[in-house]
This record gives sequence, structure tokens and C-alpha cells, in this order.
Amino acid sequence: MRDPIGKKAAELKPSGIRKFFDIVAEMDDVISLGVGEPDFDTPWAIRDEGIYSLEQGRTFYTSNSGLKELRKEITNYVHRSLGVDYDPLKETLITVGGSEAIDLAFRAMINPGDEVLVPEPSYVSYKPCAILADAVPVVIDLKEEDQFRLTAEEVEAAITPKTKILVLPFPNNPTGAVMRKEDLEAVAKVCIEHDIYVVSDEIYSELTYTGEKHRSIVQVPGMQERTILINGFSKAFAMTGWRLGYCCGPAAIIKQMTKVHQFAIMCAPTNSQYAAVVALRDCAGEVDKMREAYNQRRRFLLHEFKEMGLPCFEPFGAFYMFPSIKEFGMSSDEFATELLKDQRVAVVPGSAFGESGEGYVRISYAYSLESLKLAMGRISEFISKLRAGKQ
Amino acid sequence: MREKILELLERNSRMTPAEIAVLLGSSEEVIAAEIKKMEDENIICGYNTLVDWDKTGADIITALIEVRVTPTRGQGFDNIAERIYNYPEVQSVYLISGGYDLLVILEGKTLKEVSHFVSSKLSTLDSVISTATHFILKKYKDDGIIFDKKKKDERMPVAP
Repeated sequence: MRDPIGKKAAELKPSGIRKFFDIVAEMDDVISLGVGEPDFDTPWAIRDEGIYSLEQGRTFYTSNSGLKELRKEITNYVHRSLGVDYDPLKETLITVGGSEAIDLAFRAMINPGDEVLVPEPSYVSYKPCAILADAVPVVIDLKEEDQFRLTAEEVEAAITPKTKILVLPFPNNPTGAVMRKEDLEAVAKVCIEHDIYVVSDEIYSELTYTGEKHRSIVQVPGMQERTILINGFSKAFAMTGWRLGYCCGPAAIIKQMTKVHQFAIMCAPTNSQYAAVVALRDCAGEVDKMREAYNQRRRFLLHEFKEMGLPCFEPFGAFYMFPSIKEFGMSSDEFATELLKDQRVAVVPGSAFGESGEGYVRISYAYSLESLKLAMGRISEFISKLRAGKQ
Repeated sequence: MREKILELLERNSRMTPAEIAVLLGSSEEVIAAEIKKMEDENIICGYNTLVDWDKTGADIITALIEVRVTPTRGQGFDNIAERIYNYPEVQSVYLISGGYDLLVILEGKTLKEVSHFVSSKLSTLDSVISTATHFILKKYKDDGIIFDKKKKDERMPVAP
């Protein structure tokens, strides 16, 4: 028989998280801080609308681009939050989570051999999706001394004549880093100078704790026409399982993305789309409440790490902490494995998010304060043991 | 700041000023002083524990009583409300708009005890015109807390 497997798929590196998942699944009594999704239930008003739409028998496909009503709510929301305007009919596409939009953006824009700049540590999908679209991913290593922000110099240094797209993953998973206005402006200047497009993954945009609103690169003059803005309902509205995201961008690119989406997916889940209309229309208050809860937990963890003497820069976005474990002379994979075996606390090794994540672990605070307290007690004990052992 | 402290205490009155300070990014002294002030100003009126008595052996019956009253000259409803809320078995008294005037929440050990209160103490008050008593059969949610909700974390333990 011929080998049924194609080269491209076979050569993709599996996610480093999988191994952990398998170990954790076998153990009892594990406190997992390894989850990348909110612990809150989807607000009831949204769930209720989902139920109602099923009762109404709205079980058919929507148009490929998604419900017109929802696209209008989305462009209204983007206008409210960023002050940037998109045409709901031509410049917006509803996708199956933000993840699909990442995939579509690459497939719509890439010619074989084009280079895609991927800042790391970051979400695990960018590189594989770029490769599947026949692009060559070029990694930019973000540094803790820059608070894991992307600098214009780093972008400039990575650019070659083949560079076509810069991925901008902020607020960042796994570091929690956010970009300031001046950072975005500097990066934008480089992109405009070198004629580079941006895929801006802003799925955590509602979860920032600077006291100011999230800022997007599309707010910088000259950038809206060269940016695909990706967002979704998963993180802000605790709707991960509903699989609903969206993107906004120049009509020409959205048109091609919609074509690929049409052939691969048809349309995003109808039920989720109806529910999402209510999310954008009525649930800003719920989002505020969840944000405040995350912020309190974030402060709690910062305080705990300080007490433990575990160095951790202060993250201002998403729901992750990214403490350094370099003092223990272990790889982040070893640290996470030992912590799991010794204390039954699961964290994700930073190296799962790129080589520059080595020496760090990702700790999610999408958990109740009670769980976090328990977990911090165990981590503290683990660290004390390691330190005692080293002396 | 005040509202945030109150929100935390309302959910968990056992939280210490030190714990609250960490969550709100403040200092223990500031939080403790603020709580003290709010106690003095009667903004914080007490620290209760929310109990689901149904799960204990104790027999407790809760009744909602709608009371129609004639307001007294110069006093409005305050006078009669006071005469009702002074009874220790009365948990809550609210002035209500709509079909009746006062909503009285009463706790007793037996049906008899409650009906005795209504017939001999409440109905006999001069300004009370009529009462309607409703017994509570089951409490699903009280003070924002759902009683029988055990939530299992169904998320995958590790995800990117």
C-alpha cells in the first residue's frame, strides 16, 4: 500500500501540550492551571438566546459570511471599542472561532515561499497554519526585558524581501503582555515602510488591566487597509464551546477569505450566531464583572509569586502569568513534569509556545480564588523543596 | 473602592482586610480603615452566614406575608412597620408598591407557630386591614447564591 499520509501534515510538529494532557488525564486530585479558557459559564442571557433560537427552529445555514444582524453588531462594537469603521457586508466575516480566521487569513494572502513573521512565545497555531498555507514562518523571539512586547527594531531585523505578513498576537497568550500605543505606532511605521500586512489576533482584547482600553494597530493611520483584525466571543463572553469568532479587514482580502471559508466550512454555527447578537448587545456588564474577577486573581497571583520569590513580570492582559523558573536549572518541561508529579499541579511549560518560552511556565488564572489559593500553596512547597535540594 | 470592598464582603464576609487588599491592589491598613468607617456609617450592617436549613435537622418554616395596612397620620407606614419588625421571629419587612403595602418574611418552627403569629399578633394590630400568608416550599436561590449547584469543572485540564 502507498503511504496514506501526506508530507505536509506528517512534518507538522505536534503541540507540546498534548503530552501533558495525557499525563494529567491519568491522575486524580490534580489542580490544573493549564486551561486556556474562562472558568465562567456563558452569561445566562446568551445561553437563553441560544435555547430560544433552537426553539424557534433556526437550525439552517446562515449566509457564508454570517448573519447580517450579527455582522452589524460586530461593526458597531468595533466602532464603540476602537473608533474604527468597517462595512458589515463587505469587510466582515464570521468564523468558527478566531482560530479559523487565522487559517483563512494565511490561505487568502500567501503565495508559496512568502514569509510570515511570528513573534513568540505565542499561541500554538500561527506557525502550523502558515506552513499549511505554504508560507515560511520566521520567528521573532520576544524578551522579558521588553515585557514581552514586540519592538519595531525586532520586526525590522526579521524582514526580508519575502516577508508578507506580521502576526500580532496581543494581548498575548501565554505571557499576558499588551502593546502600548507607542509600541503599535512604531511597529506600524515599519510595516508601512516595508509594505507588510498584519494579522492582528486580538481575541483577548476585552481582558486588559491597565485601566485603559485595549489598543489595536488598526487605530494607527494607514494600518486599517493592511490589517486583518481577528477577534471572537470565546474569551470575552466565556463562549469557547460555541466556536464563534470574526474578522474585519479590507474588502478584497475578506472576499478571498470568505471564498475559502465557504468551501471549507459553509458558515459558522447558526445557533451561536444568534446568541452572539445578544452578547454584543446586552452583555457588556457581564464582561466588566468577569474582567474585575480576573484582575483580582491576577493581583493575588502576583502577590503570591512575590512572596515565593518567583520572578514574574506584571502581565496586563489575557488571563495568564508567565513566571520565570530559570533559577532552578531545569527546562520548563522538566519543571512542569516534576511539579505535576510532586504536587499534582498542572501548568504548561513555556516552551510549548516557542523556544523563547523556555525557562518560563504559563499559569492560567481562569480558576476560582479558592483553587488558586490551594495551587499556590502547593507550588510554594515545591519551590521550597527545589531550593532546599540545591543547597 | 468602597463598592469593590462591599462586593467582596457580600460574597464572602470572612475575607480579611489583608486578603481584600491583595485583590484590590491596596494596603491592609487602608482596607481595614474603610471597613471600620462603613461599619460606623451603618453601610455594613452585619455579617451573616447563608444557611440552607433544609439540609439540617432543624425544622424551619419560612412564610411570606402580604399585609395591607392603613397608614397613620404623620407617620405613614413607618410606625406600623416598626411594630411588626420588632418581633424577633420577623426576618424582613419591606414596604411594597402594588396590591399590598408591607411584605413580611417570617420564620417559625411549625405551621402552627406561624399561623398563631399571624392571627394573634399581626392581624390584631389596629392599622392592619388584611393579610395573606404564603409558605415557602423550597428555596432555590437566596442572596444571589444558588443552593443546589455543585459545579464540576468540565474543561479539558490542559489546553493552549
